[in-house]
Amino acid sequence: MKPLALIGRTVMAALATIGRIALFGVQAVSHMLRPPFYGREFLSALLNIGWLSLPVVGLTAVFTGGALALQIYAGGSRFNAEAVVPQIVAVGMVRELGPVLVGLMIAARVTSSIAAEIATMKVTEQIDALVTLSTHPMKYLTVPRVLAAVLVVPLLVGVGDIIGVFGGYAVATGTLGFNPAGYIRNTVNFLEPLDIISSLTKGAVFGFAAALMGCFHGMNSGRGAMGVGRATKSAVEGAAILILAANFVLTGVFFTL
Amino acid sequence: MIEMKGIQKAFGSNHVLRGLDLSIPKGTSMVIIGGSGTGKSIALKCILGLVKQDSGSITVDGQDASKGDRDAFLARFGMLFQGGALFDSLPVWQNVAFRLLRGSLKRPREEAREIAIEKLRRVGLKPDVADRLPAELSGGMAKRVGLARAIAAEPEIIFFDEPTTGLDPIMSGVINELIREIVVEMGATAMTITHDMTSVRAIADNIAMLHDGVIQWTGPVSQMDTSGNPYLDQFIQGKADGPIEAVR
Repeated sequence: MKPLALIGRTVMAALATIGRIALFGVQAVSHMLRPPFYGREFLSALLNIGWLSLPVVGLTAVFTGGALALQIYAGGSRFNAEAVVPQIVAVGMVRELGPVLVGLMIAARVTSSIAAEIATMKVTEQIDALVTLSTHPMKYLTVPRVLAAVLVVPLLVGVGDIIGVFGGYAVATGTLGFNPAGYIRNTVNFLEPLDIISSLTKGAVFGFAAALMGCFHGMNSGRGAMGVGRATKSAVEGAAILILAANFVLTGVFFTL
Repeated sequence: MIEMKGIQKAFGSNHVLRGLDLSIPKGTSMVIIGGSGTGKSIALKCILGLVKQDSGSITVDGQDASKGDRDAFLARFGMLFQGGALFDSLPVWQNVAFRLLRGSLKRPREEAREIAIEKLRRVGLKPDVADRLPAELSGGMAKRVGLARAIAAEPEIIFFDEPTTGLDPIMSGVINELIREIVVEMGATAMTITHDMTSVRAIADNIAMLHDGVIQWTGPVSQMDTSGNPYLDQFIQGKADGPIEAVR
Protein backbone atom coordinates (compact mmCIF):
# COMPACT_ATOMS: atom_id res chain seq x y z
CA MET A 1 0.00 0.00 0.00
CA LYS A 2 2.83 2.41 0.79
CA PRO A 3 4.05 2.86 -2.81
CA LEU A 4 0.45 3.46 -3.90
CA ALA A 5 -0.08 5.98 -1.13
CA LEU A 6 3.14 7.72 -2.14
CA ILE A 7 2.01 7.92 -5.78
CA GLY A 8 -1.40 9.18 -4.68
CA ARG A 9 0.09 11.88 -2.47
CA THR A 10 2.49 12.97 -5.22
CA VAL A 11 -0.30 13.20 -7.79
CA MET A 12 -2.55 15.10 -5.38
CA ALA A 13 0.25 17.52 -4.51
CA ALA A 14 0.99 18.09 -8.21
CA LEU A 15 -2.69 18.71 -8.96
CA ALA A 16 -2.96 21.10 -6.02
CA THR A 17 0.05 23.07 -7.31
CA ILE A 18 -1.42 23.20 -10.83
CA GLY A 19 -4.67 24.46 -9.31
CA ARG A 20 -2.88 27.14 -7.29
CA ILE A 21 -0.94 28.28 -10.36
CA ALA A 22 -4.15 28.42 -12.42
CA LEU A 23 -5.88 30.44 -9.70
CA PHE A 24 -2.87 32.76 -9.46
CA GLY A 25 -3.02 33.26 -13.25
CA VAL A 26 -6.74 34.09 -13.12
CA GLN A 27 -6.13 36.57 -10.28
CA ALA A 28 -3.27 38.18 -12.23
CA VAL A 29 -5.49 38.66 -15.30
CA SER A 30 -8.34 39.93 -13.14
CA HIS A 31 -6.06 42.53 -11.49
CA MET A 32 -4.81 43.61 -14.94
CA LEU A 33 -8.30 44.82 -15.74
CA ARG A 34 -8.86 46.86 -12.56
CA PRO A 35 -7.09 50.00 -11.32
CA PRO A 36 -4.80 51.09 -9.81
CA PHE A 37 -2.15 50.59 -12.51
CA TYR A 38 1.53 51.13 -11.80
CA GLY A 39 2.97 52.70 -14.95
CA ARG A 40 6.55 53.09 -13.72
CA GLU A 41 6.78 49.46 -12.65
CA PHE A 42 5.33 48.42 -16.03
CA LEU A 43 7.91 50.49 -17.94
CA SER A 44 10.70 49.11 -15.79
CA ALA A 45 9.46 45.56 -16.49
CA LEU A 46 9.30 46.32 -20.23
CA LEU A 47 12.92 47.47 -20.13
CA ASN A 48 14.11 44.49 -18.08
CA ILE A 49 12.23 41.80 -19.95
CA GLY A 50 12.39 43.27 -23.45
CA TRP A 51 15.30 45.57 -24.12
CA LEU A 52 17.80 43.87 -21.82
CA SER A 53 16.96 40.42 -23.24
CA LEU A 54 17.80 41.46 -26.80
CA PRO A 55 21.51 40.49 -26.73
CA VAL A 56 20.90 36.96 -25.46
CA VAL A 57 17.95 36.46 -27.81
CA GLY A 58 19.94 37.77 -30.77
CA LEU A 59 22.97 35.60 -30.09
CA THR A 60 20.85 32.48 -29.53
CA ALA A 61 18.91 33.08 -32.75
CA VAL A 62 21.88 33.86 -34.99
CA PHE A 63 23.81 30.73 -33.96
CA THR A 64 20.71 28.53 -34.17
CA GLY A 65 19.82 29.85 -37.63
CA GLY A 66 23.38 29.25 -38.83
CA ALA A 67 23.51 25.73 -37.38
CA LEU A 68 20.10 24.95 -38.85
CA ALA A 69 21.30 25.96 -42.32
CA LEU A 70 24.33 23.68 -41.98
CA GLN A 71 22.19 20.76 -40.74
CA ILE A 72 19.61 21.10 -43.51
CA TYR A 73 22.30 21.40 -46.15
CA ALA A 74 24.12 18.30 -44.84
CA GLY A 75 20.92 16.30 -44.30
CA GLY A 76 19.31 17.45 -47.55
CA SER A 77 22.35 16.47 -49.60
CA ARG A 78 21.59 12.82 -48.79
CA PHE A 79 18.55 13.00 -51.08
CA ASN A 80 19.56 15.89 -53.36
CA ALA A 81 17.47 18.47 -51.46
CA GLU A 82 20.20 20.98 -50.56
CA ALA A 83 18.23 23.74 -52.28
CA VAL A 84 15.50 23.77 -49.63
CA VAL A 85 17.78 25.39 -47.04
CA PRO A 86 16.10 28.87 -47.20
CA GLN A 87 12.58 27.45 -46.91
CA ILE A 88 13.33 25.04 -44.04
CA VAL A 89 15.38 27.61 -42.12
CA ALA A 90 12.51 30.09 -42.46
CA VAL A 91 9.79 27.65 -41.42
CA GLY A 92 11.93 26.06 -38.70
CA MET A 93 12.91 29.39 -37.18
CA VAL A 94 9.56 31.16 -37.46
CA ARG A 95 7.22 28.34 -36.54
CA GLU A 96 9.25 26.47 -33.97
CA LEU A 97 12.80 27.34 -33.00
CA GLY A 98 12.36 31.10 -32.75
CA PRO A 99 9.49 31.09 -30.27
CA VAL A 100 10.71 28.07 -28.29
CA LEU A 101 14.29 29.23 -27.94
CA VAL A 102 13.26 32.78 -27.07
CA GLY A 103 10.75 31.35 -24.57
CA LEU A 104 13.41 29.18 -22.95
CA MET A 105 15.94 32.02 -22.86
CA ILE A 106 13.30 34.22 -21.22
CA ALA A 107 12.61 31.43 -18.72
CA ALA A 108 16.32 31.27 -17.92
CA ARG A 109 16.93 35.00 -17.78
CA VAL A 110 13.66 36.61 -16.75
CA THR A 111 11.78 33.94 -14.79
CA SER A 112 14.79 33.29 -12.59
CA SER A 113 15.34 36.97 -11.91
CA ILE A 114 11.66 37.64 -11.17
CA ALA A 115 11.44 34.63 -8.83
CA ALA A 116 14.66 35.49 -6.99
CA GLU A 117 13.71 39.15 -6.64
CA ILE A 118 10.18 38.54 -5.36
CA ALA A 119 11.28 35.64 -3.11
CA THR A 120 13.93 37.88 -1.55
CA MET A 121 11.30 40.57 -1.06
CA LYS A 122 9.14 38.01 0.71
CA VAL A 123 11.94 36.76 2.94
CA THR A 124 12.94 40.30 3.93
CA GLU A 125 9.30 41.30 4.67
CA GLN A 126 9.18 43.76 1.77
CA ILE A 127 5.94 42.18 0.57
CA ASP A 128 4.40 42.62 4.03
CA ALA A 129 5.66 46.21 3.91
CA LEU A 130 3.87 46.72 0.58
CA VAL A 131 0.61 45.55 2.14
CA THR A 132 0.98 47.86 5.13
CA LEU A 133 1.58 50.70 2.66
CA SER A 134 -1.85 49.96 1.12
CA THR A 135 -0.32 48.48 -2.03
CA HIS A 136 -1.54 45.14 -3.35
CA PRO A 137 1.50 42.94 -4.15
CA MET A 138 -0.35 41.32 -7.04
CA LYS A 139 -0.97 44.71 -8.66
CA TYR A 140 2.46 46.15 -7.89
CA LEU A 141 4.68 43.14 -8.55
CA THR A 142 2.84 40.58 -10.68
CA VAL A 143 0.65 42.59 -13.06
CA PRO A 144 3.41 44.85 -14.46
CA ARG A 145 5.75 41.92 -15.05
CA VAL A 146 3.17 39.59 -16.59
CA LEU A 147 1.67 42.30 -18.79
CA ALA A 148 5.11 43.45 -19.95
CA ALA A 149 6.11 39.87 -20.77
CA VAL A 150 2.90 39.24 -22.75
CA LEU A 151 3.51 42.38 -24.82
CA VAL A 152 7.26 42.28 -25.28
CA VAL A 153 8.09 38.58 -25.71
CA PRO A 154 6.25 38.42 -29.08
CA LEU A 155 8.46 41.30 -30.21
CA LEU A 156 11.52 39.41 -29.01
CA VAL A 157 10.31 36.35 -30.88
CA GLY A 158 9.87 38.48 -34.02
CA VAL A 159 13.40 39.83 -33.63
CA GLY A 160 14.69 36.31 -32.92
CA ASP A 161 12.95 34.97 -36.05
CA ILE A 162 14.52 37.67 -38.23
CA ILE A 163 17.99 37.24 -36.73
CA GLY A 164 17.69 33.43 -36.96
CA VAL A 165 16.78 33.64 -40.63
CA PHE A 166 19.66 36.05 -41.10
CA GLY A 167 21.99 33.52 -39.41
CA GLY A 168 20.91 30.90 -41.92
CA TYR A 169 21.32 33.41 -44.76
CA ALA A 170 24.82 34.35 -43.63
CA VAL A 171 25.96 30.73 -43.47
CA ALA A 172 24.20 29.70 -46.69
CA THR A 173 25.49 32.61 -48.76
CA GLY A 174 28.88 32.82 -47.05
CA THR A 175 29.94 29.19 -46.98
CA LEU A 176 27.40 27.06 -48.86
CA GLY A 177 27.39 29.02 -52.12
CA PHE A 178 23.73 30.20 -52.16
CA ASN A 179 22.77 33.26 -54.18
CA PRO A 180 21.86 36.08 -51.72
CA ALA A 181 18.92 37.47 -53.71
CA GLY A 182 17.56 33.99 -54.41
CA TYR A 183 17.85 33.06 -50.72
CA ILE A 184 15.82 36.08 -49.61
CA ARG A 185 13.24 35.56 -52.38
CA ASN A 186 12.76 31.90 -51.43
CA THR A 187 12.44 32.78 -47.74
CA VAL A 188 9.86 35.52 -48.31
CA ASN A 189 7.83 33.54 -50.83
CA PHE A 190 7.69 30.45 -48.69
CA LEU A 191 6.52 32.00 -45.42
CA GLU A 192 2.76 32.39 -44.90
CA PRO A 193 0.95 34.86 -42.63
CA LEU A 194 -0.13 31.97 -40.38
CA ASP A 195 3.54 31.13 -39.72
CA ILE A 196 4.15 34.62 -38.39
CA ILE A 197 0.85 34.77 -36.47
CA SER A 198 1.60 31.45 -34.79
CA SER A 199 5.11 32.59 -33.91
CA LEU A 200 3.95 35.83 -32.27
CA THR A 201 1.04 34.12 -30.50
CA LYS A 202 3.42 31.56 -29.07
CA GLY A 203 5.62 34.44 -27.91
CA ALA A 204 2.71 36.03 -26.01
CA VAL A 205 1.73 32.74 -24.37
CA PHE A 206 5.33 31.89 -23.47
CA GLY A 207 5.86 35.37 -22.04
CA PHE A 208 2.75 34.96 -19.87
CA ALA A 209 3.93 31.54 -18.65
CA ALA A 210 7.49 32.71 -17.93
CA ALA A 211 6.50 35.81 -15.95
CA LEU A 212 3.64 34.08 -14.15
CA MET A 213 5.84 31.22 -12.94
CA GLY A 214 8.47 33.67 -11.70
CA CYS A 215 5.88 35.66 -9.77
CA PHE A 216 4.03 32.60 -8.42
CA HIS A 217 7.11 30.85 -7.07
CA GLY A 218 8.56 34.11 -5.76
CA MET A 219 5.38 34.94 -3.86
CA ASN A 220 5.20 31.40 -2.45
CA SER A 221 8.87 31.16 -1.51
CA GLY A 222 10.02 29.46 1.67
CA ARG A 223 12.20 31.14 4.27
CA GLY A 224 15.89 31.98 4.02
CA ALA A 225 18.44 31.57 1.28
CA MET A 226 17.34 27.99 0.68
CA GLY A 227 13.75 29.12 0.17
CA VAL A 228 14.84 31.71 -2.39
CA GLY A 229 17.00 29.12 -4.18
CA ARG A 230 14.17 26.59 -4.30
CA ALA A 231 11.69 29.18 -5.53
CA THR A 232 14.04 30.20 -8.34
CA LYS A 233 14.73 26.62 -9.39
CA SER A 234 11.03 25.66 -9.31
CA ALA A 235 10.10 28.77 -11.28
CA VAL A 236 12.58 28.07 -14.09
CA GLU A 237 11.64 24.37 -14.24
CA GLY A 238 7.95 25.18 -14.21
CA ALA A 239 8.29 27.88 -16.86
CA ALA A 240 10.34 25.63 -19.16
CA ILE A 241 7.86 22.76 -18.87
CA LEU A 242 4.88 25.06 -19.33
CA ILE A 243 6.48 26.66 -22.40
CA LEU A 244 7.23 23.32 -24.05
CA ALA A 245 3.76 21.95 -23.24
CA ALA A 246 2.10 25.12 -24.53
CA ASN A 247 4.24 24.93 -27.67
CA PHE A 248 2.98 21.41 -28.36
CA VAL A 249 -0.64 22.44 -27.85
CA LEU A 250 -0.34 25.64 -29.92
CA THR A 251 1.46 23.85 -32.76
CA GLY A 252 -1.42 21.38 -32.84
CA VAL A 253 -3.99 24.18 -32.80
CA PHE A 254 -2.31 26.20 -35.58
CA PHE A 255 -1.11 23.53 -37.96
CA THR A 256 -3.13 20.36 -37.57
CA LEU A 257 -6.65 21.35 -36.60
CA MET B 1 -8.32 51.82 20.99
CA ILE B 2 -7.10 48.49 19.65
CA GLU B 3 -8.83 45.51 21.18
CA MET B 4 -7.85 41.87 20.63
CA LYS B 5 -10.15 39.23 22.10
CA GLY B 6 -9.58 35.49 22.24
CA ILE B 7 -7.08 35.43 19.36
CA GLN B 8 -6.00 31.93 18.43
CA LYS B 9 -3.53 31.04 15.72
CA ALA B 10 -1.90 27.71 14.92
CA PHE B 11 0.54 26.67 12.22
CA GLY B 12 -0.12 22.95 11.87
CA SER B 13 0.32 21.44 15.32
CA ASN B 14 2.14 24.53 16.62
CA HIS B 15 -0.42 26.60 18.58
CA VAL B 16 1.22 30.00 18.70
CA LEU B 17 -1.63 32.08 20.11
CA ARG B 18 -4.09 30.38 22.46
CA GLY B 19 -6.66 33.03 23.26
CA LEU B 20 -4.78 36.29 23.42
CA ASP B 21 -6.64 39.23 24.98
CA LEU B 22 -5.14 42.70 24.83
CA SER B 23 -6.34 46.30 24.85
CA ILE B 24 -4.26 49.26 23.76
CA PRO B 25 -5.87 52.59 24.69
CA LYS B 26 -5.72 55.38 22.13
CA GLY B 27 -2.62 57.58 22.28
CA THR B 28 -0.64 55.19 24.50
CA SER B 29 2.49 53.19 23.84
CA MET B 30 2.16 49.45 24.47
CA VAL B 31 5.23 47.21 24.40
CA ILE B 32 4.79 43.46 24.06
CA ILE B 33 7.63 41.42 25.48
CA GLY B 34 8.21 37.68 25.51
CA GLY B 35 10.67 35.05 24.39
CA SER B 36 11.51 34.22 20.78
CA GLY B 37 8.79 32.29 18.97
CA THR B 38 6.04 33.18 21.45
CA GLY B 39 3.90 34.81 18.76
CA LYS B 40 4.52 38.52 19.37
CA SER B 41 5.02 39.29 15.66
CA ILE B 42 2.06 37.06 14.74
CA ALA B 43 -0.18 39.06 17.08
CA LEU B 44 0.92 42.27 15.39
CA LYS B 45 0.48 40.82 11.91
CA CYS B 46 -3.03 39.64 12.82
CA ILE B 47 -4.05 43.25 13.50
CA LEU B 48 -2.77 44.34 10.08
CA GLY B 49 -4.37 41.36 8.33
CA LEU B 50 -0.98 40.03 7.16
CA VAL B 51 -1.81 36.82 9.03
CA LYS B 52 -5.40 35.68 9.53
CA GLN B 53 -6.25 34.47 13.02
CA ASP B 54 -8.08 31.13 13.36
CA SER B 55 -10.54 32.61 15.84
CA GLY B 56 -11.11 35.69 17.97
CA SER B 57 -11.85 39.29 17.09
CA ILE B 58 -9.79 42.42 16.54
CA THR B 59 -11.34 45.86 16.60
CA VAL B 60 -9.78 49.27 16.05
CA ASP B 61 -11.86 52.09 17.51
CA GLY B 62 -14.77 49.67 17.64
CA GLN B 63 -14.49 48.75 13.94
CA ASP B 64 -13.84 45.12 13.00
CA ALA B 65 -10.33 44.98 11.51
CA SER B 66 -11.30 42.32 8.98
CA LYS B 67 -14.25 44.25 7.51
CA GLY B 68 -14.74 47.51 5.65
CA ASP B 69 -12.45 49.43 3.30
CA ARG B 70 -9.04 47.80 3.65
CA ASP B 71 -7.09 50.67 2.07
CA ALA B 72 -8.67 53.19 4.43
CA PHE B 73 -7.98 50.86 7.35
CA LEU B 74 -4.30 50.38 6.43
CA ALA B 75 -3.88 54.10 5.78
CA ARG B 76 -4.26 54.59 9.55
CA PHE B 77 -1.16 52.50 10.25
CA GLY B 78 2.58 52.91 9.92
CA MET B 79 5.00 50.11 10.57
CA LEU B 80 8.72 49.81 11.21
CA PHE B 81 9.84 46.30 10.27
CA GLN B 82 12.57 44.42 12.07
CA GLY B 83 14.99 44.47 9.13
CA GLY B 84 13.72 47.77 7.77
CA ALA B 85 12.03 46.03 4.79
CA LEU B 86 13.13 48.88 2.52
CA PHE B 87 12.49 48.35 -1.18
CA ASP B 88 15.91 47.64 -2.72
CA SER B 89 15.05 48.96 -6.14
CA LEU B 90 13.92 52.40 -4.95
CA PRO B 91 16.08 55.26 -3.64
CA VAL B 92 15.65 56.21 0.00
CA TRP B 93 13.33 59.16 -0.64
CA GLN B 94 10.94 57.03 -2.72
CA ASN B 95 10.91 54.45 0.07
CA VAL B 96 9.97 57.11 2.59
CA ALA B 97 7.40 58.73 0.31
CA PHE B 98 6.08 55.40 -1.04
CA ARG B 99 2.56 56.03 0.21
CA LEU B 100 2.61 59.61 -1.02
CA LEU B 101 3.53 58.62 -4.57
CA ARG B 102 0.57 56.33 -5.19
CA GLY B 103 -2.93 55.48 -4.03
CA SER B 104 -5.39 57.65 -2.15
CA LEU B 105 -2.67 59.76 -0.46
CA LYS B 106 -0.88 60.55 -3.75
CA ARG B 107 0.87 63.95 -3.93
CA PRO B 108 2.86 65.65 -6.70
CA ARG B 109 6.32 64.10 -6.99
CA GLU B 110 8.21 67.22 -5.84
CA GLU B 111 5.97 67.66 -2.81
CA ALA B 112 6.35 63.97 -1.88
CA ARG B 113 10.14 64.34 -2.14
CA GLU B 114 10.10 67.40 0.12
CA ILE B 115 8.02 65.56 2.71
CA ALA B 116 10.39 62.58 2.51
CA ILE B 117 13.43 64.82 3.10
CA GLU B 118 11.65 66.50 6.01
CA LYS B 119 10.88 63.10 7.58
CA LEU B 120 14.48 61.99 7.01
CA ARG B 121 15.63 65.14 8.80
CA ARG B 122 13.19 64.31 11.62
CA VAL B 123 14.90 60.97 12.18
CA GLY B 124 18.35 62.56 12.09
CA LEU B 125 19.39 61.88 8.49
CA LYS B 126 20.79 64.47 6.12
CA PRO B 127 19.07 65.29 2.81
CA ASP B 128 21.94 63.75 0.82
CA VAL B 129 20.80 60.31 2.03
CA ALA B 130 17.59 60.77 0.03
CA ASP B 131 19.09 59.68 -3.28
CA ARG B 132 21.02 56.69 -1.98
CA LEU B 133 19.83 53.12 -2.43
CA PRO B 134 18.97 51.03 0.67
CA ALA B 135 21.96 48.75 0.00
CA GLU B 136 24.26 51.74 0.63
CA LEU B 137 22.95 52.33 4.17
CA SER B 138 24.26 51.03 7.51
CA GLY B 139 21.91 49.07 9.81
CA GLY B 140 21.19 52.12 11.97
CA MET B 141 20.51 54.31 8.93
CA ALA B 142 18.18 51.69 7.45
CA LYS B 143 16.21 51.62 10.72
CA ARG B 144 15.93 55.40 10.65
CA VAL B 145 14.74 55.32 7.04
CA GLY B 146 12.21 52.64 8.02
CA LEU B 147 11.07 54.88 10.83
CA ALA B 148 10.78 57.85 8.47
CA ARG B 149 8.67 55.71 6.12
CA ALA B 150 6.45 54.59 9.00
CA ILE B 151 5.66 58.20 9.95
CA ALA B 152 5.64 59.74 6.45
CA ALA B 153 1.87 59.72 6.07
CA GLU B 154 1.36 60.74 9.72
CA PRO B 155 -0.53 57.61 10.77
CA GLU B 156 -2.69 57.36 13.89
CA ILE B 157 -1.21 53.99 14.87
CA ILE B 158 2.44 52.96 14.55
CA PHE B 159 3.84 49.45 14.99
CA PHE B 160 7.50 48.81 15.75
CA ASP B 161 8.76 45.25 15.28
CA GLU B 162 12.05 44.77 17.16
CA PRO B 163 13.20 48.37 16.50
CA THR B 164 16.65 47.97 18.08
CA THR B 165 17.60 44.43 17.03
CA GLY B 166 21.06 44.30 15.50
CA LEU B 167 22.05 47.81 16.60
CA ASP B 168 24.82 48.81 18.99
CA PRO B 169 23.71 50.18 22.41
CA ILE B 170 24.30 53.80 21.46
CA MET B 171 22.32 53.53 18.21
CA SER B 172 19.62 51.58 20.09
CA GLY B 173 19.35 54.47 22.53
CA VAL B 174 19.06 56.96 19.68
CA ILE B 175 16.27 54.91 18.01
CA ASN B 176 14.43 54.49 21.33
CA GLU B 177 14.53 58.24 21.95
CA LEU B 178 13.34 58.95 18.42
CA ILE B 179 10.43 56.53 18.76
CA ARG B 180 9.39 58.04 22.06
CA GLU B 181 9.65 61.62 20.76
CA ILE B 182 7.76 60.85 17.56
CA VAL B 183 4.96 58.96 19.29
CA VAL B 184 4.46 61.76 21.83
CA GLU B 185 4.75 64.48 19.18
CA MET B 186 2.23 62.82 16.85
CA GLY B 187 -0.08 61.66 19.62
CA ALA B 188 -0.11 58.27 17.96
CA THR B 189 -1.04 54.92 19.41
CA ALA B 190 2.07 52.74 19.38
CA MET B 191 2.61 49.02 19.67
CA THR B 192 6.17 47.76 19.94
CA ILE B 193 7.59 44.26 20.02
CA THR B 194 10.97 43.85 21.61
CA HIS B 195 13.26 41.75 23.80
CA ASP B 196 15.32 44.76 24.71
CA MET B 197 14.49 45.85 28.27
CA THR B 198 16.20 49.23 27.73
CA SER B 199 13.76 49.82 24.87
CA VAL B 200 10.86 48.78 27.09
CA ARG B 201 11.72 51.34 29.73
CA ALA B 202 12.36 54.06 27.14
CA ILE B 203 9.31 53.53 24.93
CA ALA B 204 6.49 52.00 26.98
CA ASP B 205 3.52 53.46 28.80
CA ASN B 206 2.20 49.95 29.30
CA ILE B 207 3.68 46.52 28.79
CA ALA B 208 2.26 43.07 28.12
CA MET B 209 4.12 39.84 28.76
CA LEU B 210 3.28 37.13 26.21
CA HIS B 211 4.05 33.51 26.95
CA ASP B 212 2.38 30.22 26.01
CA GLY B 213 0.10 32.03 23.57
CA VAL B 214 -1.59 34.23 26.18
CA ILE B 215 -0.85 37.52 27.94
CA GLN B 216 0.59 36.55 31.33
CA TRP B 217 0.68 40.08 32.70
CA THR B 218 -0.18 43.55 31.51
CA GLY B 219 0.09 46.88 33.25
CA PRO B 220 1.91 50.22 33.41
CA VAL B 221 5.67 50.15 32.93
CA SER B 222 6.07 51.76 36.38
CA GLN B 223 4.70 48.57 37.97
CA MET B 224 6.82 46.22 35.92
CA ASP B 225 9.50 45.66 38.56
CA THR B 226 7.04 45.06 41.37
CA SER B 227 4.42 43.01 39.51
CA GLY B 228 5.11 39.80 41.38
CA ASN B 229 4.36 37.90 38.18
CA PRO B 230 6.84 35.01 37.95
CA TYR B 231 6.96 35.06 34.11
CA LEU B 232 7.63 38.79 33.97
CA ASP B 233 10.16 38.67 36.80
CA GLN B 234 12.09 35.87 35.15
CA PHE B 235 12.09 37.70 31.81
CA ILE B 236 13.15 41.07 33.25
CA GLN B 237 15.90 39.54 35.34
CA GLY B 238 17.03 37.22 32.52
CA LYS B 239 17.10 34.16 34.76
CA ALA B 240 17.34 30.64 33.42
CA ASP B 241 15.28 29.28 36.35
CA GLY B 242 11.58 29.95 36.53
CA PRO B 243 8.28 29.13 34.86
CA ILE B 244 9.65 29.94 31.38
CA GLU B 245 11.50 26.87 30.26
CA ALA B 246 14.99 27.70 29.00
CA VAL B 247 16.61 25.23 26.63
CA ARG B 248 20.29 24.73 27.49
